[in-house]
Amino acid sequence: MLAALIIVFREMIEAGLIVGIVLAAARGVAGRGRMVAGGVAAGVLGACLLAVFAGRIAGLFEGSGQEVFQAAVLLAAVAMLAWHNTWMASHGREMARQMRALGRSVTVGDRPPAALAVVVAVAVLREGAEAVLFLYGVVVSSGDNAASVAVGGALGVAAGGAVAATMYLGLLAIPAGKLFSTTAWLITLLAAGMAAQAVAFLQQGGFVQVWQTPLWDTSGALSQNSLVGRMAHTLVGYTDQPNGLQALAWLATVAGIWMLSRVARRSVQLRSAAA
Amino acid sequence: MQTGRLAARAIRYVGVFPLVRPPLLAVLFVALAVHAQGAHAEETSVAVVIENHVFTPSEIHVKANQPNILAIENRDATAEEFDSSALKAEKMIAGKGRAVVRLRPLPPGRYAFDGEYHEDTAKGVVVAE
Repeated sequence: MLAALIIVFREMIEAGLIVGIVLAAARGVAGRGRMVAGGVAAGVLGACLLAVFAGRIAGLFEGSGQEVFQAAVLLAAVAMLAWHNTWMASHGREMARQMRALGRSVTVGDRPPAALAVVVAVAVLREGAEAVLFLYGVVVSSGDNAASVAVGGALGVAAGGAVAATMYLGLLAIPAGKLFSTTAWLITLLAAGMAAQAVAFLQQGGFVQVWQTPLWDTSGALSQNSLVGRMAHTLVGYTDQPNGLQALAWLATVAGIWMLSRVARRSVQLRSAAA
Repeated sequence: MQTGRLAARAIRYVGVFPLVRPPLLAVLFVALAVHAQGAHAEETSVAVVIENHVFTPSEIHVKANQPNILAIENRDATAEEFDSSALKAEKMIAGKGRAVVRLRPLPPGRYAFDGEYHEDTAKGVVVAE
């Protein structure tokens, strides 16, 4: 049971951190609860399907099906995070102003960024599929009895939920005026980390075989497999041995999202100047 | 400034999402193009078995400075994740399943890996020479 608890929790930390950030980033957006709940539900369903078809997916693309799938969902999440940040760049200021004035959440929703539902679904899907596959294996091998594995798994999921709640509440402690600029940066770094991870999967699958040599090795200072290393990996894309293409993907994502947000903000200023 | 203004105007009409997609498509395109050139041609494959949460062989010898493939067969009913930050590999292998791990051309040296779900027994090292 303890093994199941630890492994499921480890998988759920990543999903939990992402869900917490998304909840905070979408503060004041109409239909936020529905969006996140829908994302989690879709992610769980997808995780079960993915676990069932794991063998078949693995066999695609000369044995690199898993990598193609992982890279594709990660890049989709990167696109959605970029979209969300750009949307917030043009609406965030107004939302923050109203929240300060009214002292409560406002709902601005002329284009609800369903983008974040996709991000939540991807996070839950990726980590959930591994947890499901692991738990299934433990149950069929009957080294443990199914009930204790189920309890361990459920506790692991609950602990992941606690991580999400902690992240969310921690972010809410930030004053409304600063909240959106903080979450904008968190989302940008999250996206950059995902882009670097997607590149690593494309390289692992043998699709992009350039710049694969690690640039440096900081595994002595902070191992990617430690708890802190894992969290840093999720939050900012920390990798203890990043290679050139990963670094490029990380930098390009940060620069790209920053530029898109700037352009979007400028368009709002032009619009309000014209009005 | 002029371009910024033009871009801003374009975004006002079509939204920003179309701007996000082309770079991603470009990346995938390049990836597929590289793939199509038969980049896998000169790899050698090494068979690895997982049984009772132990990798056999646990010391895997590969040729240095050329791509290699680990063809992993999992004879256990439990899933395993082949994991190595030194090798930049992270691969799920379902219970009773198979998986292929592609290794980049490695400079001579020792590269540790483990099975993430059974770290106490599932350990190994790739030796490039």
